[in-house]
Amino acid sequence: MTTQASAAASVTDAASSEYLVFSLGEEEYAVDILKVQEIRGYENVTRIANVPAFIKGVTNLRGVIVPIIDLRLKFNLENVEYGGQTVVIVVNVADRIVGIVVDGVSDVMSLTQEQIKPAPEFGVTLSSDYLNGIGSLDDRMLVLVDIEKLLTHEEMQLVEHTAASA
Amino acid sequence: MDISDFYDTFFEEADELLADMERLLLDLDVDDPDSEELNAIFRAAHSIKGGAGTFGFTVLQETTHRLENLLDHTRRGELTLRRDIVDTFLETKDMLHDQLDAYRNGDEPDAAAFERICRVLQQMALDELGQQEGAATAPPPQPAAPAAEEPAVAASSQEASSEAGESDSAVRLVITLLGVDEQDRHLLIEELGHFGEIGEHAGDTERYRIELKSAESQTDIEAVLCFIIEAEQLVIESVNDAPAAAESTPADSAQAASSSETAKASAAGSEGQAESQTVASAAAPATQEKAAAPAKEAKAKPAKNAKGSESSTIRVPVDKVDQIINLVGELIITQSMLEQTANDMDIVSHGPLVNGMNLLQRNARDLQESVMSIRMMPMDYVFSRFPRLVRDLADKLGKDVELVTEGKSTELDKSLIERIMDPLTHLVRNSLDHGLESPEKRQAAGKPTTGRLTLSAQHQGGNILIEVIDDGAGLNRERILAKARSNGLTVSDSMSDDDVWQMIFAPGFSTADQVSDVSGRGVGMDVVKRNIQEMGGHVEILSRTGQGTTTRIVLPLTLAILDGMSIRCGKETFLLPLNAVLESLQPVADDIYSMAGNDQLLKVRDEYLPIITLHQALDVQGAKTQVTEAIAVIVQGEGRRYALMVDDLVGQQQVVVKNLETNYRKVPGISAATILGDGSVALILDIADLHRLDRRKAQQRQENQRQLSPEVSPA
Repeated sequence: MTTQASAAASVTDAASSEYLVFSLGEEEYAVDILKVQEIRGYENVTRIANVPAFIKGVTNLRGVIVPIIDLRLKFNLENVEYGGQTVVIVVNVADRIVGIVVDGVSDVMSLTQEQIKPAPEFGVTLSSDYLNGIGSLDDRMLVLVDIEKLLTHEEMQLVEHTAASA
Repeated sequence: MDISDFYDTFFEEADELLADMERLLLDLDVDDPDSEELNAIFRAAHSIKGGAGTFGFTVLQETTHRLENLLDHTRRGELTLRRDIVDTFLETKDMLHDQLDAYRNGDEPDAAAFERICRVLQQMALDELGQQEGAATAPPPQPAAPAAEEPAVAASSQEASSEAGESDSAVRLVITLLGVDEQDRHLLIEELGHFGEIGEHAGDTERYRIELKSAESQTDIEAVLCFIIEAEQLVIESVNDAPAAAESTPADSAQAASSSETAKASAAGSEGQAESQTVASAAAPATQEKAAAPAKEAKAKPAKNAKGSESSTIRVPVDKVDQIINLVGELIITQSMLEQTANDMDIVSHGPLVNGMNLLQRNARDLQESVMSIRMMPMDYVFSRFPRLVRDLADKLGKDVELVTEGKSTELDKSLIERIMDPLTHLVRNSLDHGLESPEKRQAAGKPTTGRLTLSAQHQGGNILIEVIDDGAGLNRERILAKARSNGLTVSDSMSDDDVWQMIFAPGFSTADQVSDVSGRGVGMDVVKRNIQEMGGHVEILSRTGQGTTTRIVLPLTLAILDGMSIRCGKETFLLPLNAVLESLQPVADDIYSMAGNDQLLKVRDEYLPIITLHQALDVQGAKTQVTEAIAVIVQGEGRRYALMVDDLVGQQQVVVKNLETNYRKVPGISAATILGDGSVALILDIADLHRLDRRKAQQRQENQRQLSPEVSPA
């Protein structure tokens, strides 16, 4: 399913696709806007014991229990603070609803295929497997995150391992 | 509860099953049928048969039984499908539907139609398989002589018409079909072929004319054709080319009218006769219309009843209800938010607002309660269906059975209640038929002659456990293995018991020596497993030779309501299932004993219970660390008792259980989550799992200490 979805994504990439741009510290990232369900504030998160630190817990999204993940902790960023500006992007991946905590959401960008460069083979904390590429827009660099691959990966401990291998 | 309370449920279920069957039959590829689809059709028939048996709808049960037999042959590839066979199956399905409607209206189904369909099915079994089934219960097929076929139980008008057949005065009828498409027309002509000789037929969809020479009365023909088309689409006229025939026909039909009505009517009949002698051709349809009139009236009545009962229930997709429940939950939270704001206001200057808030609160709570009650039902609804079934079956099988039900008040989601019914019925039948032994055998084995069948339901560890327990002979390992081999399954003698028991869930697997109409066809367990899996649960079998079998259905709590005890630890709130809580107490230092250094036990009334410290198991910050400061809640999980140390007891409340696995995953020590009044999420604790977690963490701490100690000691 994952491969199908990304294949479909790359087809639409041929023309141009829209990305939601968000910031983690000083860095700018972007996710496919079609995966985004809504954006809301960070509040009322119930902690879950014995899970990695980047899993902040679960929250109530209109009657649905949704796990919240802090990408800043996952990406080892410093100065992780929770304030009025902290935003949760609710994404819909692999038939699941997951909230990801980011420092802020800036805008929605339309990127053409030419503007998307392949992701370089680097990354200790963020493997290039999880990236759709690097979006280059004037002098801005957007890291295009393949949110579905990232969140369903075993390392995230978000889904049971059997589901992760699918 | 009375068994008739469940009639509606059965009718609704059977309606759905029939609709499914029709859809599957229509989708079926005749040349290369999908075995999965054939199995599904078969299972539908089997389920209807089971239900009909439970409620004593014998005609329905008998018809489905015959259909099921044929379907079974088809499924096993012994009967090759043809278009006309599928047509017959569809026709049978329509007949089942009519029978169902009759039962729904409190009538007996049409006996003549029942006889006819039985003959058709039997004939098919004969033609296709060369075997005669149930010859004792139905007359041998004689499709060539339709008049003589009419059963004795048929209505008096039919007697009259068979008299007509004997006197060899077949009538030429002209049947005109209005607005009937080609497919139906084909069916109708085929159907008419059973009544007599078909003459010329021609026309188009709008108007199609068929000439038929038949001894059957028009009413009968109309009644049969109306299974396929509407009465308005049909015009039947008799054409009399010979005056002799003209004379005899009206006389016969007048006779028919007279025999079904009173003496006064017979006068009308002779009137008709008189008329026929003067204006023969015109009078014939007139009198026959008269004869048909009572039949039509009789038909109209049940139709009205059906309309009346339709409005009593409404079927709604479950996700719509779920959505309403979620939205109402949100409404309640918003309402309590508003209420807090309103409470801070000055009541004098904002009187109307405060009043409005109070009203809103009451309405919102009422709304929530009613919405919740849509889905929840006690297990009693399921269990009270069984005493009758068990009694009837026990009589039939010559066994003494005592039925015990436990946990009747356990509430279960309505959708689960509905879906658990069929699997549970199958399991109970299986237990009675194969599990429990006959009184003689029981006596020989040194057991009480009365077998005991227990149905129990309980909430446990975030699941609902429904068990069917019998104290019968238990499963026979050797026979299952032998049967598995003959079915071509790969087995070995060294398989574990659990693996062997699981094999009885394979499709087409039955260890019963005889196929009875109770069970033993091997679909039962197949259906059970599939149904349970569709509900997201699983089935376990525990069996001991000579002591009995327990079939345990484990269902996840998708939307069960839980009576919970909310507790506080640090700043966090958790919920304990109330049925797991036995008591709570403030421990004193004297009652706390330690064992093997780290393990702590609490002495409660001469019983030593292992202590689980919640803040350690779940890493809660800022909790009371001194055991004597905390409160000990005595809880039980998986049959064992523990002392759970918490900071505070908050209160008791009913909560809606939300599955954590929908969007996340299983969390150790936690069974599910719920949403509290303030909109925040609280986790529901799983006692047994929490204990395992606590032990694991204690071990880790010990290991860490050991690793640290060599470094510490030299310093």
